[in-house]
Amino acid sequence: MPETLTFYLLSALAIGASALVIGQRNPMYSVLMLIASFGALAGLYIQLDAPFVAVAQIIIYAGAIMVLFLFVVMLLNAPKEDGADWDQAHPLRLPPVTRLGSMLAVLLVVQLAWALMEANGIGGPVSGETGADTVSSVRQLGRVLFTDYVFAFEATSILILVAMVGAVMLARREGERS
Amino acid sequence: MIPLSHYLLVSAVLFAIGTTGVFLRRNLITILLSIEIMLNAVNLSFVAFGRQLGTVDGQIIVFFVMTVAAAEAAVGLAIVIGLYRHRESLNPDAFVSLKW
Amino acid sequence: MELRTIVQLGIIGLTFFMLINASAVLVLAERKIMGFMQQRFGPYLVGPHGLLQPLADIIKLLMKEELRPKGADKWLFTLAPILSITAAFAAFATVPWGAETTFFGLLDEPVKLGVADVNVGVLVIFAITSMGVYGIVLAGWSSNSKYSLFGGLRASAQMISYELSYATALAAVILLAGSLSLREVVDAQAGSWLGFIPRWYVFLQPVGFIIYMIAGVAETNRAPFDFPEAEQELVAGYNTEYSSVRFALFPQAEYINMTTMSAVATDLYLGGWHGPFLPPEYGWIWFLLKVGAILFCYIWVRWTLPRYRYDQLMQFGWKWLFPAAVINLIVTAALVLYFNA
Repeated sequence: MPETLTFYLLSALAIGASALVIGQRNPMYSVLMLIASFGALAGLYIQLDAPFVAVAQIIIYAGAIMVLFLFVVMLLNAPKEDGADWDQAHPLRLPPVTRLGSMLAVLLVVQLAWALMEANGIGGPVSGETGADTVSSVRQLGRVLFTDYVFAFEATSILILVAMVGAVMLARREGERS
Repeated sequence: MIPLSHYLLVSAVLFAIGTTGVFLRRNLITILLSIEIMLNAVNLSFVAFGRQLGTVDGQIIVFFVMTVAAAEAAVGLAIVIGLYRHRESLNPDAFVSLKW
Repeated sequence: MELRTIVQLGIIGLTFFMLINASAVLVLAERKIMGFMQQRFGPYLVGPHGLLQPLADIIKLLMKEELRPKGADKWLFTLAPILSITAAFAAFATVPWGAETTFFGLLDEPVKLGVADVNVGVLVIFAITSMGVYGIVLAGWSSNSKYSLFGGLRASAQMISYELSYATALAAVILLAGSLSLREVVDAQAGSWLGFIPRWYVFLQPVGFIIYMIAGVAETNRAPFDFPEAEQELVAGYNTEYSSVRFALFPQAEYINMTTMSAVATDLYLGGWHGPFLPPEYGWIWFLLKVGAILFCYIWVRWTLPRYRYDQLMQFGWKWLFPAAVINLIVTAALVLYFNA
């Protein structure tokens, strides 16, 4: 019973915070709402017996990527939306179009949910057995990561290096030589 | 016990919210944030399925998805900074010079 | 409610209470030690030899007027100190401070002294200290003042740069201990070599210890890395516009972060609660002594060394400390492999 309650609370928080991310005018508030959503998702990962993924989510997403977003929002002094006049008369903002768009979004959710419900073998509970032995340890993760998926691991490290060099190059001002 | 379908439903709703954000918002940073929401929704399905099947493969792929998302966010934000310096606007409709 | 639950709740309450006391004691300790190092008495008038000075400080801060600049963001201005202090307290949750004890046979099975024992404890501490960056950066931005904004940006850039060296030094210790749970790292340091040299990791990882301490000082924005809140350069940095209670939470968060860093350093490098003469149930006395020694070193370094300039600080973090930490990790891994193969 407390498990179900925790699940509903965390899912409500995740979905509510994500809806607020796209509903806010101020981009600074959007970033903070997304951090709340990531925290709720970390709680859901802990419920799914994946503590390492939960902590990695907080460290990587909420602790590093969102700090990056926050820096960019602050440094660019990102304005609130709907500032320009030509934005108000945008064709995507006409009432018939927004109504159709909302209907399509609801249709997408309904279709995804229907497809998931109709699939085989997912009506049952998430785990057959629970207990300390099903909580996957970091040792297990490391073993699989470095034996079965070692190529993907090394390729990811090169990817990060390339992204780092690329981000520094793209964000430099013209004419700097340092 | 919480059925797997509940987790997948949450993941589906989050994915739909992210897609809505990418289509409807007129601010480059909010579009990038919506892409992050979509990636997180997918991570949740992976972990849920991995738990159902009893392997750690779900968590391994989540590890890689997070790393790729970090790299993509860094490069995407660098591009946003470059675009802002060029046009002083974060609205994607301001960058239409290649439109026919 | 059974007795065990009540005892565990009592331990949580005691940890919280001791953290608040730690910040109060540190306020006084800093000023007294600073005074003695500068060959004068510190605070002397309030209470016997100035011992009630923190009480006077707290009453003064609570009585001040609560100001908020007109252009400041209403929600974020109040949220920033709350984030700072919450992250500071929460980071201590996975730090164990004593061995298992049955409280003189009161309980049937022993209870662990510490708020929680998570099997990924070291990573949890790292994650929550990363969240502490948000308090500072939001304080800087929401004050709507240029000194605050620069202070906030510099402080957060410094914190995330030194987090890398911090994590890499941690990784080397975890290689030695073979587990991510802090309690198991401490228990791997029990016993001694040759009967008198304790098996602490500071003897196996001296470079790692120095890197960890330097990164810890930089993480908590203490001198010589406290440029973001330097009084002489930036007015007061990110907390320029804060007053009264909202201001009081920032130095308190800083002192509690210092205490957490010292506690984690004690657990990882100095053997936690293991010590020569006392039985294991009184190990927390050794823990307190070791944490106190590290905190004294923090205050000693602050009032001895001059402050780094900001670009020197960032260069040091990226060009010297992080490569040193990586080399430390590689050498540790090679030696572990060699001696275990």
